[in-house]
Amino acid sequence: MNDIDFARQAETELARITAIRLSGRDLSPRERLAIPAQDMPCQEPAVRAANMLEVAEGYTEAQARLEAERCLNCRNAPCVAGCPVGVDIPGFIAKIREGDFAEAARVIKRTNLLPAICGRVCPQEKQCQAPCTVGKSLGSVEKAVQIGRLERYVADRERASGACSLPSAPRSSGHRVAIVGSGPAGLTCAADLRREGHEVVVYEAFQKEGGVMVYGIPEFRLPKELVRQEAAGLGSMGVRFELNFLVGRTRALKALLAEDRFDAVFIGTGAGLPKFMDIPGENLVGVFSANEYLTRANLMRAYDRLRAATPIYPSRRVAVLGGGNVAMDAARMALRLGAEEVRVLYRRTREEMPARAEEVVHAMEEGVAFDFLSSPTRVIAGDDGRAAALEVLSYELGEPDASGRRSPVPIRGSERVVPFDTVIVAVGNESNPLLARTTPELKVDRKGHILVDERQKTSIDRVYAGGDIVLGAATVILAMGEGRRAAAAINEVLQ
Amino acid sequence: MARILSKRRLSEEVFRVEVEAPHVARERKAGQFVIVQVDADFGERIPLTIADADPTRGAVTLIFQTVGASTHALARKEPGDEIVLLGPLGNPTHIERFGWTVCVGGGIGLAPLHPIAQALKAAGNRLSLISGARTAGLLIMQEELGAIADEHIIVTDDGSTGRKALVTEPLVELCRRDPKPDLVVAVGPPIMMKFCAEATRPFGVKTLVSLNTIMIDGTGMCGGCRVSVGGETKFVCVDGPEFDGHLVDWDGMMSRLRSYKAIEDEAHRACHLREEAERLAAEERAAVLGKDREGGR
Repeated sequence: MNDIDFARQAETELARITAIRLSGRDLSPRERLAIPAQDMPCQEPAVRAANMLEVAEGYTEAQARLEAERCLNCRNAPCVAGCPVGVDIPGFIAKIREGDFAEAARVIKRTNLLPAICGRVCPQEKQCQAPCTVGKSLGSVEKAVQIGRLERYVADRERASGACSLPSAPRSSGHRVAIVGSGPAGLTCAADLRREGHEVVVYEAFQKEGGVMVYGIPEFRLPKELVRQEAAGLGSMGVRFELNFLVGRTRALKALLAEDRFDAVFIGTGAGLPKFMDIPGENLVGVFSANEYLTRANLMRAYDRLRAATPIYPSRRVAVLGGGNVAMDAARMALRLGAEEVRVLYRRTREEMPARAEEVVHAMEEGVAFDFLSSPTRVIAGDDGRAAALEVLSYELGEPDASGRRSPVPIRGSERVVPFDTVIVAVGNESNPLLARTTPELKVDRKGHILVDERQKTSIDRVYAGGDIVLGAATVILAMGEGRRAAAAINEVLQ
Repeated sequence: MARILSKRRLSEEVFRVEVEAPHVARERKAGQFVIVQVDADFGERIPLTIADADPTRGAVTLIFQTVGASTHALARKEPGDEIVLLGPLGNPTHIERFGWTVCVGGGIGLAPLHPIAQALKAAGNRLSLISGARTAGLLIMQEELGAIADEHIIVTDDGSTGRKALVTEPLVELCRRDPKPDLVVAVGPPIMMKFCAEATRPFGVKTLVSLNTIMIDGTGMCGGCRVSVGGETKFVCVDGPEFDGHLVDWDGMMSRLRSYKAIEDEAHRACHLREEAERLAAEERAAVLGKDREGGR
């Protein structure tokens, strides 16, 4: 069956359920559990691997309404507890069932202003969908109610209707708050502060708003137009964006408070400095951080070779090191940019991969190869002095460590040399040292992450922080949760 | 976005532009740089050094050489046009009273050398200056630099002005003096800085160099600017741009600078072809217009 067949089947199934409803009775839990989880239509793997368009195309209305019928509306709502920003999930799903999509969007936006983004990039299988009763009853998290897909459907439908509901800002409070960084933490914090009537200025070092959502996450997973619209929405609420402005350099953090009359500052500067493997040959031409590779391709639009001035390295055989979402993004981007072979090298096995399940499946479908239990020991230069091969060591999983994770143990003598002209390192980020170095009073931990209390307050009075600069490399939604918590604390202080 | 206030062509390939950037003008210190992008949608982000700044007018002076497609595009901008500008970036030069300092500037490197020399002089150092270029027309900032130097040695590759020599020749002579210089600062093309470092190494004279590598964000995020210094990987944007020249892995750095050489050469050629095509089209239009006029007479 193809996507069209699935969509037709959903219509037939929905008609059957509607008939039951019209007969005056509601569906029993057993009947709800019998409805199959709805797959989301996607571009065919062979087609999408050669374009930058979004891979997943979103539900049809019938699929969304049918998927919504699967929700048991549990009284204790375990899904809500699994959501870092506490979206009223059963509430918005109930509105989808009623066919009131505009109201569904309003319910979500009470707690999450960026649903089109979250619906696409949240690791739902580890958050809201993990404790879902439906998934638990059917014995698999994959069969949980597809909350993320429903959230995306509602957000996309609202946007397409052109009637985006935005909370209007009340009268000016007379207070001013500066936000450092326009990624998910900063945007969420900005929105929550603006709702209380504070004047909000967001400082962004890059030329576009969105942080990791524009430089890191590729177009085919999160269309940039969508991020632009979400930021523009904040703009129409009265949030002001100052682009090409690096707090710490263009202006000292303390000067924002002391001279620029800001009453509070939120730092959401993100994960910062890319980590490398610390192996010989890592500075050879042809070795990139995933940050660099993806920024060239996404923010700088190097894929648009005719128009973009930023070059991207021409690759035939690409090795991507790492097993997270960033590794998946880099691997799939390399394929789209014309690489003949892309291999992901990961030290553990598929089970331990931190990447979102859907991204791993999509990467595999598109032809990305995976070498599990493999990690390089050095990059080998060719005659031209550029990267030409990796020496790769095999691993096996050892005994579980203190955290319960089985750690990989190298197999001695298993080194092999594999030719690669491009190596993309996606093993995470360290914290960016800039703000801490230029603001000695700002306390950071050993790894450079900003230290905050349970209300996101830093060691400096009136300065708050959240997102990856506090957490280390995490997710969009966790960053949003921290931005929200910080906004609540700031709103309280400024009352 | 930052508005271009003025533009002056210093030589065939060298331009001096003033950009309105009040924050940068106020905050910048010797040794820092900016990232410039000609167009926010499709432009390339390139690091450029700061030659001067006027905080009262909120103006920053950039001097650059047209070496690739992006610097050519920047050179085509006119006063009133807007560009993306981020800065000031990198760590300021560490300035103190060292005693006798020698500043060596090669070609376009004379521009960023100016604020460094200025700061060293202001801190009470005796300042010897070596200005070098391929040819007389490429020697920039001579008036400004000459005014602050206690001793000014000029060299050109072709002998069109000053001594016919490379900068390393007078540098070695200065190092032979007794006492020898307390600090050398060299700013210029990588190959020049490499040989300056080699020239001072036997004398054990500390030599600072200012690196200009490939960068995207300039804030520590991409790692494209990384260079091996004393066996450790450093990011030029957040750890530099100045490093001990005796510890820099010059060959590795220069190899990385050539990462996109083939693509850049292609873009550069295309850029020149486009300019040539535009020129021909303009000539043709002028010719046709001329004919029409003749016909009308």
